[in-house]
Amino acid sequence: MITDIESYPRDLAAQVLQGERRAIARILSLVEDGQPPAREVLANLYSHTGKAHLIGVTGPPGAGKSTLLLGLAKEFRARGKKVGIVAVDPSSPLSGGALLGDRIRMQELTADGGVFIRSMAARGHLGGLALATSDAVKILDAAGYEIIFIETVGAGQAEVEIASEAHTTMVVEAPGLGDEIQALKSGILEVGDIFVVNKSDREGAEATLSALRFMLKTEENRPSSKWQPPLIKAVATKGEGVLEIADALQKHLAYLKESGEWEERNRMRSEQEVMRILGAELLSRLRGRLEGESWAAILSQVAERKLDPYRAAEELLAELPLPSE
Amino acid sequence: MTSHSGKIRILIAKPGLDGHDRGAKVVARALRDAGFEVIYTGLRQTPEMIAESALQEDVDLVGLSILSGAHLDLFPQIVGKLREKGLDKVKVFAGGIIPEEDISTLQKMGISAVFGPGTSTQDIIRFVKETLGS
Ligand SMILES: Nc1nc2c(ncn2[C@@H]2O[C@H](COP(=O)(O)OP(=O)(O)OP(=O)(O)O)[C@@H](O)[C@H]2O)c(=O)[nH]1
Ligand SMILES: [Mg+2]
Repeated sequence: MITDIESYPRDLAAQVLQGERRAIARILSLVEDGQPPAREVLANLYSHTGKAHLIGVTGPPGAGKSTLLLGLAKEFRARGKKVGIVAVDPSSPLSGGALLGDRIRMQELTADGGVFIRSMAARGHLGGLALATSDAVKILDAAGYEIIFIETVGAGQAEVEIASEAHTTMVVEAPGLGDEIQALKSGILEVGDIFVVNKSDREGAEATLSALRFMLKTEENRPSSKWQPPLIKAVATKGEGVLEIADALQKHLAYLKESGEWEERNRMRSEQEVMRILGAELLSRLRGRLEGESWAAILSQVAERKLDPYRAAEELLAELPLPSE
Repeated sequence: MTSHSGKIRILIAKPGLDGHDRGAKVVARALRDAGFEVIYTGLRQTPEMIAESALQEDVDLVGLSILSGAHLDLFPQIVGKLREKGLDKVKVFAGGIIPEEDISTLQKMGISAVFGPGTSTQDIIRFVKETLGS
């Protein structure tokens, strides 16, 4: 039984490796809250990660991402895979609270011990949301979930970034809402590996489909890669298109492994992760040292327009025993 | 009460077969606006679904909304499932249409608080804060 969980990071890590759901849920919270034992648990888990196929799912609000995930999770369960889902929703900037509703569409899956769903609020995470989601994914990976979906609302740069750091990025669009323009704006076309036009039962689906097809054809910013992103029609509420998407996801995985892109993407992820941690750590340590009189004095000089912010940063850095550039 | 060190997470669920979730949504939004993270699971939740969601989401509290009159039957099942899964510290509160005379019975069954019709969302927010010492 798990009682005073926080005092036993090693036990907790061992329980996660055995797939103990309550331990998984507790560690996810520790990581999200930035509690000290989280790092030790993650350190104990790290060598057990790297096996799962990470799939980012992004697209405009209400496009049907969660409904599609219900179908896809069931399909991959039928194919013998354990499925993890991390569903990210924005936090309210005013209250800091969040209303996380992705489970509504996926409740059917709670009856299945081979599926683990976790809702995550974007919060103001230290080191950014990307760091928090990648830690969450590691926990599910270590716990034996073989396919992990990360759902984000493709509204902001941060969300698109998270989805695009997965091995496979799936972009879900739906007719109407001026989605075409939104897709272009967020640079989503460059990062998508699989495109889905959901709600194909709705008017305008053909138009969205051909608009997307045209844009993909003319997209010049795509990184050079032999993978041709498929464009798939779906009706998530009826399960239409789910099989085809599941096949496309598996095909992309096979492609990644054969082409060597799997290693490449993993290396890129690792680099970005270390950079993020380094950035966050440096900043928080710097701040710890700088806070004091000179910090306040320099800031008020900037506010009074007596010192420009670049010079201010230089002066603050000069107080630290760091090699200067 | 022990003080809560992380972000407070609350599951709001609707057990039973009735198809209205306006009240539940109002409470969910009010709790979000009070700064809590609210996981909303929607209509027609079985006790197993509610308890398993509470487990996966690692919530501190579960709020149940019910209009169908099945509370005396469903609530103890939900509390039982939560305990079965080792979620001993998770507190359960309830709202909706619950007759006055059932309240003490429900409290004996492990429901921490019952909010009848006409309760202000402020009362619920106060309950959450007092319970978790935030
Ligand atoms: N007509 C139609 N409705 C759909 C389809 N797929 C999903 N919906 C409905 O669209 C609404 C939104 O679906 P979700 O799955 O919650 O969409 P989402 O993209 O996850 O939404 P957010 O997480 O809020 O951004 C729900 O009411 C679904 O029932 C579809 O293929 N056709
Ligand atoms: Mg969703």
